[in-house]
Formats: sequence, C-alpha cells, structure tokens
Amino acid sequence: MAIDRLRSALSGLSQPKTARELVRTPLAWQIATVKEITAETPRVKTFTLTIPDWVQHRAGQHYDVRLTAPDGYQAQRSYSIASEPEREGEIDLTVEYLEDGEVSSYMHEVLVPGDLVEVRGPIGGYFVWEASTGGPLLLVAGGSGVVPLMSMLRHRAAANSDAPARLLYSSRSVDDVIYRGELETLGALGNGLEVFLTLTRSQPEGWEGFGRRIDRPMLEEVAQPFGSRARVYVCGPTPLVESAANNLVEIGVPQSQIRTERFGPTGKN
Amino acid sequence: MTDRFVSRGFVGRRRNTGPANRIPPGQYVTEDFPVLSAGPTPRIPLDQWTFSIEQLGHELVRWNWDQFIALPRQEFEVDIHCVTKWSKLDTHWEGVSVDLLLERIDLDPRIMYVTAVSYGGYTTNIPLSDLLNGQAFVAYNYAGEPLEPEHGGPARLVVPHLYFWKSAKWVRGLKLMEHDKHGFWESFGYNNHGDPWKEERYSGD
Repeated sequence: MAIDRLRSALSGLSQPKTARELVRTPLAWQIATVKEITAETPRVKTFTLTIPDWVQHRAGQHYDVRLTAPDGYQAQRSYSIASEPEREGEIDLTVEYLEDGEVSSYMHEVLVPGDLVEVRGPIGGYFVWEASTGGPLLLVAGGSGVVPLMSMLRHRAAANSDAPARLLYSSRSVDDVIYRGELETLGALGNGLEVFLTLTRSQPEGWEGFGRRIDRPMLEEVAQPFGSRARVYVCGPTPLVESAANNLVEIGVPQSQIRTERFGPTGKN
Repeated sequence: MTDRFVSRGFVGRRRNTGPANRIPPGQYVTEDFPVLSAGPTPRIPLDQWTFSIEQLGHELVRWNWDQFIALPRQEFEVDIHCVTKWSKLDTHWEGVSVDLLLERIDLDPRIMYVTAVSYGGYTTNIPLSDLLNGQAFVAYNYAGEPLEPEHGGPARLVVPHLYFWKSAKWVRGLKLMEHDKHGFWESFGYNNHGDPWKEERYSGD
C-alpha cells in the first residue's frame, strides 16, 4: 500500500546511522540541549546533552564543544563521551573544572539545564573498544582520564559482556574518585570486572586499596592475570600515561596492544 | 552570513589568543608542549637509527645517525598547530630541510605523495607539494637541546603548515609514491590533508 511505502521510506530517513556509516561525511556542528548537570566530585561535573542528530558513538570517542561570544570570538575543546553507545539520543560529557580553563569554567559556572551548546561528534577511531573485540581488558586511568574508560565499562555492562576486565584508577583522594558508587556496583556484579583504586595524596581511615602513584609493581600486580594478552587503554595526564605505558611494555605487554590518550599539559616547555 | 549561534553568557577569557593572524580557527595558544602520542614512546638507540628515502618501492638512500647529522643543517622558528586545538608559537628547531634530502636522490616525475614512516609503526601521508620549498624539515634538536623521545626524538618530521599529526615523530624514512595512502590518524577519521587554516581536522571537513 502506498501509505506503507511512504511510512517505511520515512522511517528509513529517521534511522539513526552508526558513526561508521557516516565516517566520510562532514561532522557538522549542531546545537545540543543541556538536559541535566550532575556533580560527580567537587571539581567534576557530568553534562547530559540531548543531541538532535544523534549518531551512535563507540566507547572511547569524544565530542568537540564550541562556544561563541556575541562578538564572534570562539573557543573549542574536546571532551570524551562518558555514556554508553546504547543510550540513544543523548550523551554524557564529564568535564573537570580547570582554573584557567576557558571552556570548562563556562560549563561549570554558567551552563544550566535548558541551555544550548554547540557540539560535533562523535570523533576518533583509535582509542575505542567494543564488546565484540573482547578482552582481557586492562584500563588504566588518572584523574579525569577515567571518562572514556567509563564509557567502555558502561558499554561492557550494557552489552552484557563478561570479557575479563580490570580498571586501575588513580585519584588524589577518595572525594576525587569520579563515578565511585557506580564503579563499586559494577565491580560487585561478578561478571569479570574488578576495580582497583589508588589514592595518591590522602587515604581515608581503614583504606584497603593502593595508596601511591601508579608504578611498575602495582601494574605488575594488576596486570598479572592477563599477562601479555592484555588489551590496554591508558588515559590521563601525560606523565602518568607515559610512565604506565613504558612500564607495561617492560612488563611484557606488546606495544601494539597498548592504546593511550593523554590529557592536559606536560608541565614543561 | 547566516545568524551565528551565540552561547548564552559566554564572553571568553581571550588570554590565549595570541596575534590573531597567527592562530588558525578553533585554536588556543599554549606555553606548554603537550604530548599526545598514540601508544607507548619508542626508544631508538642512535647506533641503530637510520633514515631512508624510498621511491616507488625502491630504497634510494639511507643515512645512519652520524651521516645524517653531518648533513647541512638549518635552524627553523615556526608556529605549530595541533588538531586537539593547541597552538604553540615561535618553536625553535634544528635539522635538515626535506628539500635538501630530496636533492640527494633522482626524484621521479611520477611522485605525487609521500608517506612518512616511523619507528613504532606510525605513518602519515602528505602531498609532495606540501613538503617542498622550505615547508618541511627533519628535526633533531628542539629549543636548543636534543629532541626528547616523548616529542619524537631522535628525529621527527616537522611540517608546520599542517596539523601537527603530520609531523611524524620518530621518523625513519620517506616513501615517495604515485598514489595517496591514508596513514595512521587518517585511517582513524582524521582529515587526509590537515590544513589548520581551513580547519581540516576530521575526514569530510
């Protein structure tokens, strides 16, 4: 019937495309709406954005955010997607407030639900993990570097994957652990995920996790069950990533199995 | 011009804009020198390092480290622009111009594209025309010191007029080709050409 053909033609047009199908078309800027803002830690907030032309991302990808002042001045930054690809039509961006951060300070201090933000994405084909790839998965995070890795863990859960996975996550103190409650819950599901936290500056009384910067013995201990089969993703400040990646190579993880994403300044010129 | 979207309440800090005509669209100036390599940093001992030029599948020339640093060297002061939005002005390098390297071979007229290949497996592709006439060099010193491994040492390609992922770290050679072939980031969704002045960041831009 003509109406059925019309209906199916229209539904074909509104089918969300995967990022792979659109890989050759321009990533157009679009206006997203802030749906919700959640404080994760004193310096970190999650911004849930409704995306009009949402395209399913892959865990580990990012979006670019662009701000425009009335006189046309613009500032752009990239933020990793925190949410799982399975959640349609919206994304979570978890953003750390930086003192001299032009975009992060605007997002933290000015944005409220209902505001509009110009974004484009999803971007990035290298630092991604899909459940179909399997494990064993070793995720190493420093500070807000946990964000893209959280997308991977949320995707792992949504896809009902039992690929062995371990997250080693470094924070300054227990109050700085982003997604702490959710990580506890995920780690307690008994489906092959274990979460290891290390607190580098201060530990609460009775703390049973690690209490120092990530070093080679710590990596050896956490990576031990996976050995040279580990598929590794390291994300965080450059010095942490550099050190962890070097140590993992020395431990015997093949270089080609270690993917890195570095945030922030190196601290040196 | 269509109505531009304006972010409510955004005025911008404008500290990191630098001289306007030196900062490509979407970039901010940093005093830092970020390291954003994909994967662990390769470490190449100098007594094992070589640099070669291959044309249409045939190796034409290869230098070891001592031979390479004996080539006529130049100092370069250039602005560099990373696709992750940071730009660094007046960076100071020392190395060999790609023009000079290509003078040492008989350049085939069919050559249109170049793939830079690096220790560790990194590759990036650049049109030959973007590498000639003083637009590119192979650098081994940065800011007066030997180039550190994190920043691509012992030597890296530097092509300042393109996004900095085209400036292949740990470079070990150039492959001269008739046809273009995506390198590492280009096959992961980044723009094939990478001109920061046209904001050619991602494929399709």
